[in-house]
Amino acid sequence: MTFDVLVEVRLKAGVADPQGSTIERSLPALGFDGIGGVRVGKSIRFHIDAVDEAEARAHVEDVCGRFLSNPVIEDSVITIVAGA
Amino acid sequence: MAPRVGVVRFPGSNCEFDSIEAVEHLGGTGVLLWHDDTDLSGVDAVIIPGGFAHGDYLRPGAIARFSPIMGAVGRFAAAGGPVVGICNGFQVLTEAGLLPGALQKNNGLKFRCAMAEIQIETSDSILTNQVPVGTIARIPINHFEGNYTCDAETLAELQAEDRIVFRYVNNPNGSVDHIAGICSAGRNVVGLMPHPERACHELLGSTDGVGLIGSLLSAARAGVGA
Repeated sequence: MTFDVLVEVRLKAGVADPQGSTIERSLPALGFDGIGGVRVGKSIRFHIDAVDEAEARAHVEDVCGRFLSNPVIEDSVITIVAGA
Repeated sequence: MAPRVGVVRFPGSNCEFDSIEAVEHLGGTGVLLWHDDTDLSGVDAVIIPGGFAHGDYLRPGAIARFSPIMGAVGRFAAAGGPVVGICNGFQVLTEAGLLPGALQKNNGLKFRCAMAEIQIETSDSILTNQVPVGTIARIPINHFEGNYTCDAETLAELQAEDRIVFRYVNNPNGSVDHIAGICSAGRNVVGLMPHPERACHELLGSTDGVGLIGSLLSAARAGVGA
């Protein structure tokens, strides 16, 4: 089976986010008020062949842990959907 | 015999010839190594130079750590061989797990290209064995992702084991504890964001890198990793 995968890579809670804080500081100057807690991450989409969702998830977790995220400062959130 | 210092060139490296120039200016022999090699050609020390290895795609160092030569670099380091990562090379060494922590985007999202003052915090490393503690060195920095970060436990360990090798006098990037460079538990792997290879000649505006590259040559001569 083919599964569609979305990986969201996020900075761990407590890790400073220079992009997020720069964006947050810019917002009031642009007239956007009331926005806080800005955090910037990245989203990575791909598809993967596997016999079932559990196998797909195991492979994706491995890829995330060793390559797509840096576990020292980042977490990854994985969403898997059976492809059409 | 002149110590042989291997400088690893990745696609996207851009400080490999500066590194070789500095090594040869100080009496060593520079050996250009290619990232796709699987051995180190018998060198006495290794420099992972600055630049943008593999375009810095995904994260700086994230792809470079999988280059074939990194296996040999890891074995050389494990055997006690002197390994220095400068700027992008520091990022590669953290991604490869040869040094703890990670390098984040600079605070304020500023690319920092300037002469920086750094203080030598320990003489017990392969990059500072000729330089007294407390020395202030003027060494250029040139980076966007040099904001050193690690968890509180790792920081406490680095401090307790005297493994913070360099601190910025004026923190240019938000690094935790003003860290500009650290070493491994074995003290033979050093990573730093400033570029000592660009501070080895009067024409470059500073010769304060001479003591650092000289220390590396001295460690290489000692043949720790041979």
